[in-house]
Formats: sequence, structure tokens, C-alpha cells
Amino acid sequence: MIRPELVCPAGTPSAMRTAVDAGADAVYCGFQNATNARNFPGLNFTVPELEKSVAGAHAHGTKVLLAVNTFPPAGKVDLWKEAVDAGSRIGVDAFIVADIGVADYIHRTHPDIRLHLSVQAAASTPEAIRFYCREFNVKRVVLPRILTVPEIRDMAAAIPCEVETFIFGNHGLMVEGRCSLTNYITGLSTNMDGVCSPAADVQYIRDDAGNMTTRLGAFTIDCFSCSENAGYPTICKGRYQAAAHEGPYYAFEEPISLNLSALLPDLMSAGVTALKIEGRQRSRAYVKKVVGAFRKAVDSIMAGNDPEIAALIALTEGQKQTEGAFKSKTWR
Amino acid sequence: MAVSELMKLTIAPIPFHWDAQTKLDFYARIADEAPVDVVHIGEVICSKRAPFFEKHYDTVAERLTRGGKTVVFSTLAEVMLPRERKMIASYCAPSELLLEINDSSALWHLEGRPFRVGPLMNVYNEATMAYLAGLGATHFSLPAELPASSAAILAATAKSLGVTTEVQVFGRASLALSARCYHARAHNRIKDNCQFVCEEDPDGMPLKTLDSEDFLIVNGIQTMSNSYVNLLPELEDIRDMGITHVRLVPHTQDMVAISRIFHRVIAGDLSPDEAERTLATLNIPAPFSNGFWYGAPGHQRLAHKPVAAA
Repeated sequence: MIRPELVCPAGTPSAMRTAVDAGADAVYCGFQNATNARNFPGLNFTVPELEKSVAGAHAHGTKVLLAVNTFPPAGKVDLWKEAVDAGSRIGVDAFIVADIGVADYIHRTHPDIRLHLSVQAAASTPEAIRFYCREFNVKRVVLPRILTVPEIRDMAAAIPCEVETFIFGNHGLMVEGRCSLTNYITGLSTNMDGVCSPAADVQYIRDDAGNMTTRLGAFTIDCFSCSENAGYPTICKGRYQAAAHEGPYYAFEEPISLNLSALLPDLMSAGVTALKIEGRQRSRAYVKKVVGAFRKAVDSIMAGNDPEIAALIALTEGQKQTEGAFKSKTWR
Repeated sequence: MAVSELMKLTIAPIPFHWDAQTKLDFYARIADEAPVDVVHIGEVICSKRAPFFEKHYDTVAERLTRGGKTVVFSTLAEVMLPRERKMIASYCAPSELLLEINDSSALWHLEGRPFRVGPLMNVYNEATMAYLAGLGATHFSLPAELPASSAAILAATAKSLGVTTEVQVFGRASLALSARCYHARAHNRIKDNCQFVCEEDPDGMPLKTLDSEDFLIVNGIQTMSNSYVNLLPELEDIRDMGITHVRLVPHTQDMVAISRIFHRVIAGDLSPDEAERTLATLNIPAPFSNGFWYGAPGHQRLAHKPVAAA
């Protein structure tokens, strides 16, 4: 079994230090603009911040992967090139990219820096991945969260690059890189602006009976009785009505977290090179807890022992969790 | 304006699961009566639907060709399963077929063969367009969410590369794809035992918000806008920026009548205002939208304002 790299979220310089201290083999991050897919207020790095953070991470032997994984709209490509050039100057260990134009720019101008294909590229077949490897010398693919473990095993055997899969965090339901729901409602694009359900368009409205309605832009996404915790209004996690379905329902999926702890040994033996924890928008406390727990679990499996699954399951305590498409194709 | 300079009208692949007879009737009418230049055939959304119509492609293509239409075969937008990978490989094999691809899996097979790039491929900028043109792409149908400011730059880039461009000007916009079938889910089924419930909704399945407002449309693994994109007032700007083709997405409404309206506006025989009034008589079951074009929320319809060519 390959010792997999634990790839951890770093939404801020302090979260990066926390992840490094908790045992991350690599951290991923982005700049404070549309060039990355978590372009949220209060998140991400300025160029000087990244420079300092990379030096800190490297001093601990932790790699830094820079996400430049959105799709520059025509007329704005320079912002993405500047992000790449800055990352190169700073000495990041790899770029995570989705756009063909951006991948080509890196491949031509910074051929010595590793290229990872972002989940946003939605490369879901060996052919798609081989294309990116052939054209841009991609070294690793982050697989879409739509494949089962046996499918991942087949994939890893069929492609000439490393495989990274998500193991924990937000459970994205739409194929990443192929969703414009947020743009349809708010005018900001997930692909072009790096935002999903932007906070500025979110409203929580409590009625006299204590029910909480959540809205995004002009539309109601969900309504929670006073006994429920109101979730963040992400379009694909809302409740809607359809003639074919009795009563309001989660038309896409319940708000639920991805937790593949129980599948960890299977994933590792399937040839996965890197295990990714989602959550650049999460707190330092969260990063510390989750990274620490998965560090222990991975080390334990490598030592031939059973991981303490219970500790990992407890990470999502109080929340529903799923193994999503990874466990079985009945999810589809 | 000389006829040869008119923007070309295209019919997008049918996104919905219509039965074979309905599709045959649709294409026969389009072949005989619709003033369109290009017609896309092929199943783009769900590989499970494909076998129902496969045996008719040759007949339909021949009929459309006889009607003077250029026939383009559009490929699957989401490719995962071995069966789907085989479909892509077989369509991409060398042949005379004009191919529009909608997933990057196809790119692996296409070396040395010309191809068209569908709107479900992520071509947002001039660098990506130039790269794919270098691989043999001859035509780019731009993503539905791309704003006019970027479309103008891509149209100019295309011209310099010697390739052509297209934007959707009518019909529901594709907003998202998923591995999960949301049609099956609404019926408490999963994709593997869906029993083709999507056939019950020939214009897609409406999703309403909890306060009963029309919101989105489910079409199998695809989520679409409830609103119909309508860029009639913007057609002149689209032409002026150098976009060569405009696309109509098929719905159950009278697509021949709709294509005539767009054709007359393109030909300068009908003002956009008059066209709008005629379109209003055709029972379109949802509001119109153009928000994406103006960089606004996609569901909105903004008053026409000219966007400069690049």
C-alpha cells in the first residue's frame, strides 16, 4: 500500500499553521480573488501572506498546493496568469487547475511546477484524464465525488497519474465545474467568480411561530421549524415541491456531510495517492480536530492496525453523514 | 444584407426524453418546414435513453439533409460508465459525421479529426478556445452563463482563429449536471431502476419553492432554468459582435413557428418588438430571461441594452 498524502484545507494563514501542526502532508489554498473556487469574504491569502505561509509549511516538510481552479472569463485571463506567476515566485509545490487555458499557460511558462487537475475539471473517465496528462503533463487528478470505490480502483489502474479523492467535508452534489445554479439566482458564477450561494445574497427570516425561512436572492431555499437547525441556503440542499413527490422534499439531497472514514482502508488499497479533506471555509478548531483524527487513522492503517473509526464518525456528530456515491451506485 | 451573411439558426439536441415517434415527427417537421441551417441530433443527457432512438439516426439524418439542413451529432455530457465510454469512442472514430462534443472524454479520441465544442464544455476564455482550435475544434457553442462582454471577445478570437461561434437564444438553459438522477429521486427510485419516469415530463419536471414559486426544472441528471432564455432583442448585437450561429433549444411548443420568428428577425423582416408579440401567442409556459447575457442573475429579464463588439 502507498502511504497516502493527507491533503488539508487552509482557508487562512492561521488555518494553514493549524493544519501543518495537526499532521497535514500537504495543504491547499488560494488567493483572495476569483481565481479559486472558494472566493469567500474573509478567506484566502494575499501574496505576502502566502509567501510567509509557504515558508512556514516548507519548514515543517508540508507541501503547499495552490488552487487556481476557476474558469477565467474572456477578458479577465490576466488575473489567473498573475496568480500563477505569484505562486511560482513564492515556490508552491503544485497548482490545482481546471481551465484548459490556465493549464496550458502553466505547462508552457512554469513547466517545472507540478500540475494537479482540479475536481472542477470534472474529468470522470480514464480518457478525459489521459487527455490532460498528455497535453499538460498533469501529475495528479482530483476525482469527482461521483465514483464508487471499485470505480476509483479501476480508474487508478487505467491512468498515468496519481489519484486524489475527497474523504471528508461538504458533500457537493452537482458535478463540480458544471453548475451555474448560483449564477442563475445571484448573478455571481461558481465557475467564473469562485462563489457558491454568496453570503451577501442570503437571508434568514423568522416568522412569529419561530419558523426560519432561508432565502438566496429572490427565492426560498428552505424553511425550518423551531425544532430544526436552519441550514445554510445552498440551492442543491434546499427543499422544494414537485407534482410527482408527496410534500416538500430535498429534491437533490439532504444537507449532509461526506465522511469516508469507514472506507479509508479500501480507498488506500485502491491505489489512491492522496486523501483530501474539504473545508477551507471552516474554523481552525475544526481543521485541528479533523486533520488530527485522519492523521491518526491513516498512520494506524499504514501500521497494519484498524483505525479508530468511532473517532472519525464522531467528527460529524449531530449532523447527518454519507458515503455518497463512493459506497454504492444506488446513490445515483 | 446578403443572405450568405445572415447568422445561422441551429436546433440544439432535444434535451428531454421524448418517445421515438415524437422525435421522428419533430425532425420531419423541422426538415420540411423550419428555416434553420443546422440540426443537432443525439442524446446528450442520459445514456439509458439512447437505445430508444439509435436505430432512427440514419433515417433522421437523411431526412434533415434532404431538407437542406446540416446535421450534427451531439455526444453525451456526462461520461462515466464503460458503456458510455464505448459510445464516445465509437462516435469519435474517424468518419464523415459532424460531431459536437460535450465532455472532455471525447478529446482523447479526437486527435486529427475536426470537431465542434458544445455548450456543456467549459470554454470561457480565448486561451481555452485557441487551445481547442489547435486540436481541431471548428465551432464553439458558448456556455449559457457566459456574459456578452466575454462572448464578444470570444467571437473576435474565433474570427482570428478561423472558427465559428454560437450562443443559445431560446429555450431553457442548462444549469447543472449530477451523477444522480433527480427525476428518479422524485419518484422514490434510483437511476438504475428509473423506469424512464422522465418521459412523463416532455419539457422537464417543474420544481417549485416552498412558497410555490416556479424555480427550476429537473431533466434526469440535468437541472435547467424554469425561465426560457429569449435573446430576440439582443440578436442584432449578437450579430454585430461576430457570433455566427444562434441556437434554439427544443421544447414541446411549436418550434417551427419559433424558428420562423427568429429567422425573420435575423433576416431583418420582423422587428424584435413584433417578434416578441408573435412569440407571446405561442403558449410558452414560463417567463423569459436574459440575465446571464448581461452578467445579472440568470433568471431575470433585463431591458435590452447594446453590448459593444470587442
